[in-house]
Amino acid sequence: MILRRPFFWIILAIAALFIYLPLHGNNVSLREDLILVAIAIILASNLNLMIGYTGYVNFGHIVFYGLGGYVGLYLATVRGLNLVAAALIAGVVVSLCAFLFGLAILRLRGAYFALATIGILQAVQSFVSNFDPWGRSTGMYLSFESYQSLGGAMHALWVTYYLIIGVMALSMILSLAVKNSKFGLGLFAIREDEDAAVVLGVNATVYKSIVYSVSAFLPAVAGTFMFYKNGMIDPSIAFEYMLSLEGIVMLMLGGQGAVMGAALGAGLYEKLRSYLLTSPKLSDFHLVIAGGLLLLVVLFAPGGLMGWFYRLLPRAREVVE
Amino acid sequence: MSGVLASMIDGVLVGAVYGLAAMGLSLIWGVMDVINLTHGAMIALGMFAMYLLYTLHAGTAYLLLLPVMGVGLLLGIMVYWMSVHRVVGRPMLMSLLSTFAVNMMVIGIGTAIWSTSPYNVNYSVQGLTLGAYTFTGNHIAAALAALLIALALQWFLYRTRTGKAIRAVADNREAAELMGISSTAILTIAFAIGIALAMTSGALVSTLFPFTILSGATYQLKSFVVTILAGLGKPFGALIAGVLLGLLEGVVTPFIAVSWIPLIEFGLFVVALVAFPQGIFGKRAAA
Amino acid sequence: MSALLEVSGVSKRFGGLLAVSDVTFNLDEGEILGLIGPNGAGKTTLFNIVNGVYKPDGGTIRFQGRNITGISPDKVVHRGMARTHQIVKPLNDLTLLDNVTVGACFGREYLDLKGARAVALEVLQQVGLGKRAHMLARSLTIAGKKRLEVARALAAKPKLLLLDEVLAGLNPSEVGQMIDLVRKIRDGGVSVFMIEHLMQAIMSLSDRIVVLNLGRKLAEGPPDEVVHNSDVVEAYLGFPDIVDKLTRTAQA
Repeated sequence: MILRRPFFWIILAIAALFIYLPLHGNNVSLREDLILVAIAIILASNLNLMIGYTGYVNFGHIVFYGLGGYVGLYLATVRGLNLVAAALIAGVVVSLCAFLFGLAILRLRGAYFALATIGILQAVQSFVSNFDPWGRSTGMYLSFESYQSLGGAMHALWVTYYLIIGVMALSMILSLAVKNSKFGLGLFAIREDEDAAVVLGVNATVYKSIVYSVSAFLPAVAGTFMFYKNGMIDPSIAFEYMLSLEGIVMLMLGGQGAVMGAALGAGLYEKLRSYLLTSPKLSDFHLVIAGGLLLLVVLFAPGGLMGWFYRLLPRAREVVE
Repeated sequence: MSGVLASMIDGVLVGAVYGLAAMGLSLIWGVMDVINLTHGAMIALGMFAMYLLYTLHAGTAYLLLLPVMGVGLLLGIMVYWMSVHRVVGRPMLMSLLSTFAVNMMVIGIGTAIWSTSPYNVNYSVQGLTLGAYTFTGNHIAAALAALLIALALQWFLYRTRTGKAIRAVADNREAAELMGISSTAILTIAFAIGIALAMTSGALVSTLFPFTILSGATYQLKSFVVTILAGLGKPFGALIAGVLLGLLEGVVTPFIAVSWIPLIEFGLFVVALVAFPQGIFGKRAAA
Repeated sequence: MSALLEVSGVSKRFGGLLAVSDVTFNLDEGEILGLIGPNGAGKTTLFNIVNGVYKPDGGTIRFQGRNITGISPDKVVHRGMARTHQIVKPLNDLTLLDNVTVGACFGREYLDLKGARAVALEVLQQVGLGKRAHMLARSLTIAGKKRLEVARALAAKPKLLLLDEVLAGLNPSEVGQMIDLVRKIRDGGVSVFMIEHLMQAIMSLSDRIVVLNLGRKLAEGPPDEVVHNSDVVEAYLGFPDIVDKLTRTAQA
């Protein structure tokens, strides 16, 4: 069923491209570039499930990524688990946490929910900063020996890259699958009019809970891989509020609701961001430009790039989802 | 025990300023159902405005509140037309994002100008000593200023024509328009007042504690908690809820590390949202 | 044999307002039961209680013999009761097809996506919206949106359909079409409970009518009986003799 969707193959092609390009010629700097884009796509795609599909704005989405990084890193280093196993367990643990958070805050609507998600982010950051086993505000560091299990530091960098590309492909495939499923239709109904959806038979409480928990899984897994690759984690970089918000900018830019929108917005924004941060004159204005971009999109093009594209070529909706 | 009592009274004083800070947020939210995410940035701008004015003219800082309010009104009009006008009436997400975008821009510019270094307004008013307790003069003065402004706002909303028009628009925009009230003008004024209040509270805070361009965020959080507790659009409700929050902080700070306070406040925020859908004093618009 | 829907002693209070007070009536299978009353009589509130949007403060609702008092609306639909809203609630950024598919997916039969789509297309044809299946819901006129509401509810394959002022805002020819549709629905085996203000419509459609005023049931019975009930006339028109006056003037 999902194999019939042409976009599925487009996703695989993109992933293949991401793997082939830096591998061919052993281009390490390209790999480092692309890994950031991949992480952005992972975060934006999973955030899309909440914002684009269900209409619930999650301002604190990054908390899953950071928490996943912590749990996974802890399991991989202190507990000596295999990296992939650690990542998967981290994914499950963080999804469970999301489920619990959801019990408290999913009953809130619209803006109240959005504000509450910021609270969750700050609360978790606060907690982790005071949590001994995870190094409190200093965080955790990886020694070089940890990479031996993956064949040394150099090799480990490539392995984690492939793993992250894998998660990226999975994120996009997940978005695609949900979009074309009965579950996804229920989410869209909730987004359009939650009360009407309930009267039509959608169990909104359960659906919201599921999508919130599911949207936490892959970012958590990616968090484990990414922080493992970076060799360190601390509360300020794990729970960077800005990254959460940039996720929203990416979605709005690319076009919320569309799978390609998340990817496009993430890719473009990430490029813009790295350009701004490295440019000597403009790095101070990174926030200003991002804010300005968001404002323009919200005021004049709320459908984002994909919205504009679909209006241009309505037939494209079927292929580029 | 005496330490806690002093802390509590101080908390009440500072809480009045929290209440003032919340009034701006609450007014805008109540009148046009927009959650102003520039609130924190405006508070921070108010802090810097006071700093700049005081460097230019070192006198009674409290007189400088007036020009700060003026700047706030102008800024408010600008921000309204830039980011709110087009999205009033559209889904809440849009105004959240547009005001948030402006917030990002203001913080970005602010960081470019002032970086994230701490600043200070070196102004002190004679304190008050009652027996064993000494109360910082600045705190008392700030609380008094907050009270005065709240009274002025209450008078404005209930005794002037424009104020009544604002309350009418908050109640039912269409009906108000049918009565001949230009809702765009009213919304602009209400928003401008909201921003002016935010900046003024920031200006007061600058006389109490050192600050950076990022300090607004903490006060924004407190404003949200106060607004949710108090319900929308009621200046005195906000003041009282602010005082209660300050009191809570006063009770808690002697015993817990400062870094836990935001956590507690957000816990309170979520609990208040879930347990008091109507706010404690007034109405809360459906989100 | 018990009635399809049994409402007994239902009450609902909002703060100081007693919106519905001790209302009791039955709806039999295969009938069209009308619900009328002045504005503010509590009709929509009663609907909301019957389909689970509100929990009543007192009384019970039994549907197909089972107690459904206070269960959530999504479960009520699964049991076989669907409703439309007085102020239409289209899922604006979804196509008509998707709108109705939601009804079929989450209704009584809980179909999978493919099956639901097929049912949705059928139902859209039935209500006359088949050709516009791929248009977005927001592009419809009010009459179209009302038909969409009905289509969505029908797609859930209900045994009982609650229609809340489905004729409001329609012009005379649209009213005629909708009346025909309601008859077709009942002839197809779905019982109907409808709130309506349009007297001619409710009189010609209903097998029986329940009259509500200020939250209380004022009268219940066949249309002719109810409309000549002096309490009903007084509540609606204010004068007990007005029916006579009107019929006399008409005859003169």
